[in-house]
Amino acid sequence: MTAATLETAAATPARRIPMGRAIVYGVVLAIGLVLATAPFLFPDVRSQEVAARICIFIVLVASYDLLIGYTGIVSFAHTMFFGLGAYATAIALKTMGPGFDAILLGGALGVLAALVLAILIGLLSLRVKAIFFAMVTLAAASVMLVLASQLSDFTGGEDGITYDIPRFFAPANKLFEDADGKVVRLFGVALNGRLALYYFVFVTALVLFVLMLRIVRSPLGTVLEAIRENEMRAEAIGYRVVAYRTAIFCIAAVIAAIAGILRAVWLKYTGPEVALSFAIMIDILLMVVIGGMGTIVGAVIGVVIMTLAQFYLKDLMEVAAHATADVPLLPDLLNPERWLLWLGVLFILLVYFFPAGIAGTLIGKGGHK
Amino acid sequence: MSTPSLRTENLTIRFGGHAAVNGVTCAFVPGELTVIVGPNGAGKTTWFNLVSGQLRPTEGRIFKADRDITGLAPSARAKAGIGRAFQLTNLFPKLSVRENVRLAVQARRGVGPRILRAAASFGDIAEEAQAYLERARLDTVAELPASALPHGDQRKLEVALLMAMQPDIYMFDEPTAGMSVDEAPVILDLIATIKEDRSKTILLVEHKMDVVRALADRIVVLHNGELIADGGPSAVMAMPLVREIYLGVGAEDVA
Ligand SMILES: Nc1ncnc2c1ncn2[C@@H]1O[C@H](COP(=O)(O)OP(=O)(O)OP(=O)(O)O)[C@@H](O)[C@H]1O
Ligand SMILES: [Mg+2]
Repeated sequence: MTAATLETAAATPARRIPMGRAIVYGVVLAIGLVLATAPFLFPDVRSQEVAARICIFIVLVASYDLLIGYTGIVSFAHTMFFGLGAYATAIALKTMGPGFDAILLGGALGVLAALVLAILIGLLSLRVKAIFFAMVTLAAASVMLVLASQLSDFTGGEDGITYDIPRFFAPANKLFEDADGKVVRLFGVALNGRLALYYFVFVTALVLFVLMLRIVRSPLGTVLEAIRENEMRAEAIGYRVVAYRTAIFCIAAVIAAIAGILRAVWLKYTGPEVALSFAIMIDILLMVVIGGMGTIVGAVIGVVIMTLAQFYLKDLMEVAAHATADVPLLPDLLNPERWLLWLGVLFILLVYFFPAGIAGTLIGKGGHK
Repeated sequence: MSTPSLRTENLTIRFGGHAAVNGVTCAFVPGELTVIVGPNGAGKTTWFNLVSGQLRPTEGRIFKADRDITGLAPSARAKAGIGRAFQLTNLFPKLSVRENVRLAVQARRGVGPRILRAAASFGDIAEEAQAYLERARLDTVAELPASALPHGDQRKLEVALLMAMQPDIYMFDEPTAGMSVDEAPVILDLIATIKEDRSKTILLVEHKMDVVRALADRIVVLHNGELIADGGPSAVMAMPLVREIYLGVGAEDVA
């Protein structure tokens, strides 16, 4: 190869990367700001639900990216760890009553269970072929799903469990009272327990997200990528691949379990549908692919797009169907019942235009030239 | 003679019925550069794989100094001071050239598991990685992904990774294979520099006779998995059996 071709090879990514990077980080920062002020920007209940779900899923999807994107570990057990955190918290809240001690104890037990299970799965099967490992996680997740529905005395079976959360998080709890004993309002938003709950979710998610950003920028992050790129050479230069794999599998499991705690506390309900099902696993996969594997920040973009689509695509189609009521065929196509079809179309378009995911393609990761 | 830094005892591996390495017993001392020759399929790479741990022997033992390392994982052997460069380029393709080298430096220094400090803040590691990049003449392409390098530069990076491991025992498997005439000397110079530090043991699989003559203190000949000759370069190259099987395959430049 001549010096000239080398130079262009060197110059092209150098020119492309900072621009794409700036866009990605700008968008992620903007999303972060919106989430930080969401209760004030969108005070209605449904928007709160969307914002909290986004916060929790960012943690869940980013922790999955540590596995699939950074280390090249394909696991189908991520919702299982999520569910362990959620169910342990839920069961503790149900049996011990709505106190912070229940959240703390239940949460700790859930995280511990996730950790132990991750160590077991990791040590038993991370030395074998990736496909076998994926199968083991699939089996473990299925067993957990069956357990959750069989042990209905504890888990509420298919119906799940509803419970109360600490009174501090109740809408009736006034964080600040004015002279008349009324709740203080800021920009028209009551400073009540509900708001405290949102910020409990937001701040915990933010801390975990920053933690993951630090992990991938640490020497460990590069080792994980090295293992993904060439496991045999990583081992040959002195990295115990199985130990690193197991370690990151445990870290991801613990973070997913903590996300589960948030989910349980926020929803005041835990059931297979919201914390354990394979539908969630598929959501996680789609989100990480849309956002961009091996980027962490891609999780933010993937989760926001998917969640907004899941919550608002139907509404949007409803409006569009009405607007095109006189046109033949279109209203039928835009029938809100067909929202999954359009979600599929959206997904295909995104993958077509952003083969390495949105963040991945813009940042220039993923090797697509 | 000093005590061996590396020794294999009756080392054997069979794939099915075929013994790719068959009862190889030999020892190497610090400060000595041994060239391992033999026709294609003789078992040179397989013997390397057994020593660095990618393959487990069917029979026989491997010792690093006095320590039996036969059961150790490749990573543990790397930590024990056995370093290996590969015949088929074996890098981290999507990572930058700099990250490739940094990984090898940080593996040796044991900061791999530090999880909350930015990799960029380990200044000493970055400096050391830079030094190896310069020595391998890769500093100008350091930010490119390894996969974007031309073949010759990938071979240099392959060797730079080994250098960055700073092992006691260096194993090069045809390091200049496929390189152009003007690129190969960079690697041969690097090997010569390691040789000057008399404390290192160097094993080099090489077909090019001019390289063998320039660098070899000793030549070991493998043929059909067996060690058939071992001694000083002129003595070994004069052996009729060696001339027949080795030079017979295609004389000077088999690579
Ligand atoms: N994993 C394996 N499974 C089966 N046979 C193998 C395996 N690895 C090597 N062999 C066989 O062992 C023999 C020795 O191969 P090896 O690669 O060690 O030769 P070599 O001396 O390095 O040759 P070359 O000069 O071509 O690099 C060959 O016949 C090869 O086909
Ligand atoms: Mg070979």
